[in-house]
Amino acid sequence: MQEFLQQIVSGIASGGIFASLALALVLIYNAMGLVNFAQGEMAMLATFIAFTLVDHGVSYWIAFPVTLVVAFAGGILVQRIVIRPVERAPILTLVIVTLGLATLVNGVAGFIFGYVPRSFPSPFSAQTVNLLGAFVSYRDLGVIGVSTVVLLLIYLLLQRTTIGLTMRAAAHHPEASRLLGVHVSWMLALGWGLASAVGAVSGIMVAPILLLEPNMMQTIIIYAFAAAVLGGIESPLGAVVGGLIVGVTVNLAGAYIPFVGGDLQLAVALAIIITVLVIKPNGLFGRPSVRRV
Amino acid sequence: MALLEVRELAVSFGGVVALDHVSFSVEADQVVGLIGPNGAGKTTLFNIITRVYKPGAGAVLFDGTPVTRLAPHEVIRHGVARTFQNLALFRSMTVLDNVMVGDHIRTRSGWLASSVPMPAAMNAESASRKRALEVLDFVGLAARASHPVATLPFGTQKRVELARALVSKPRLLLLDEPAGGISHEEVDGMSRLLRRVHTELGVTMLLVEHHMGFVMGISDRVVVLDFGKKIAEGNPSEVQRNPAVIEAYLGAA
Repeated sequence: MQEFLQQIVSGIASGGIFASLALALVLIYNAMGLVNFAQGEMAMLATFIAFTLVDHGVSYWIAFPVTLVVAFAGGILVQRIVIRPVERAPILTLVIVTLGLATLVNGVAGFIFGYVPRSFPSPFSAQTVNLLGAFVSYRDLGVIGVSTVVLLLIYLLLQRTTIGLTMRAAAHHPEASRLLGVHVSWMLALGWGLASAVGAVSGIMVAPILLLEPNMMQTIIIYAFAAAVLGGIESPLGAVVGGLIVGVTVNLAGAYIPFVGGDLQLAVALAIIITVLVIKPNGLFGRPSVRRV
Repeated sequence: MALLEVRELAVSFGGVVALDHVSFSVEADQVVGLIGPNGAGKTTLFNIITRVYKPGAGAVLFDGTPVTRLAPHEVIRHGVARTFQNLALFRSMTVLDNVMVGDHIRTRSGWLASSVPMPAAMNAESASRKRALEVLDFVGLAARASHPVATLPFGTQKRVELARALVSKPRLLLLDEPAGGISHEEVDGMSRLLRRVHTELGVTMLLVEHHMGFVMGISDRVVVLDFGKKIAEGNPSEVQRNPAVIEAYLGAA
């Protein structure tokens, strides 16, 4: 029972990481009906920026927000420079553009920082604390805490501020929004900036666990896809719930299903994606798209 | 000077002439009806005024400013709001959120300031909520504020869209078939509501409508389009007696 609880808590911690990246995917999917395949790579690059800052003696708790701001600006730049010229292109073109962007960012990071895995500092100690009989690491609790704060801030921004409201409006009905005075194009850019910053959080949280190198996010993005699909790719709340479910499921499967172990955890995530798409394509919180003809 | 002046406006799509050098004006504080058979170019005219389409020739002046110089999202800031024939609501949002999107041009406290979920942004948001509720009260939907808009009947959604247009405090309201697709009783209600918008809020209105009783009852003047051309203009009784109008609607005798 004690081990089971421990597995659940560390599953929730991974879930928080998946949820952040899944939320980044959902933000962009909502804004333009596109899965941004470069989301993980953008997060990885941001993590390298945080690494460089910390490496130069900047305190972790200063490097963290600075990186988020840089990632936010970077996301806006990517939208303005790379995405905007092809905004109206067919969806397949956009998909190829984001795949190309992923390859580009990966290559640039490899070129600048090399492929040697580096250990990334965690501000939380690896020691454990006894929580209701389960031994839980401060590191897991820290990740859960940071993810919770970030997801809560995004929720408040989207649901409780005017800019969040107009972002949602621009995503749902760009033509009507424009006539109501919404600067739709900038709302899209803002969405990219926000997604990039939230994605960066997942990168910074996962780096101490996985070691930082340019391919670090390539498995995490699969878990994030699983989370987003499970939650319903249009639902921010779904991304969070999906992230937690995927995190806990994958962790429990790794611990208790003998042949899964640590090697087949990714297969569990892929199985979740396929199962959801076959049984409930709209996910847990998605609405079926019904069109009047 | 007229509040809205349409001058020699022309536009064609492919080979189809949608508007053929149409001119008319809307004086401040008037209610002007725009009628004509289907395909006469009424909605096209609205789409040019709100910058959805570019005109091929001619000009639209709002309060002396050529609207073609404005970006689409700037039109409402100059005081022109509209509703749509088939509704253009944010279907996944509540009634209140829909109306608050209409209000956002009044809350803009600056880009960055309003994006940080901090006390200032939250205060601006609650002031906006209050204004939206006042307008919902005006159109008689305060009790439905928290309903998801997609679950409401069509006629009620039309009033939500009207509230969303009104909350920006427009000087000119463009109404695309406000009585279209709603029940007989709702038509009377909409007519009374629009009269109050005109008298109590002092909003000038240009409305496209097929429901003749409705449009003749509410309009000070009526402009008639047929195949992109203006064929008549005048007060409701003049227009109703005009032989060209009768021919356009009923065919030549």
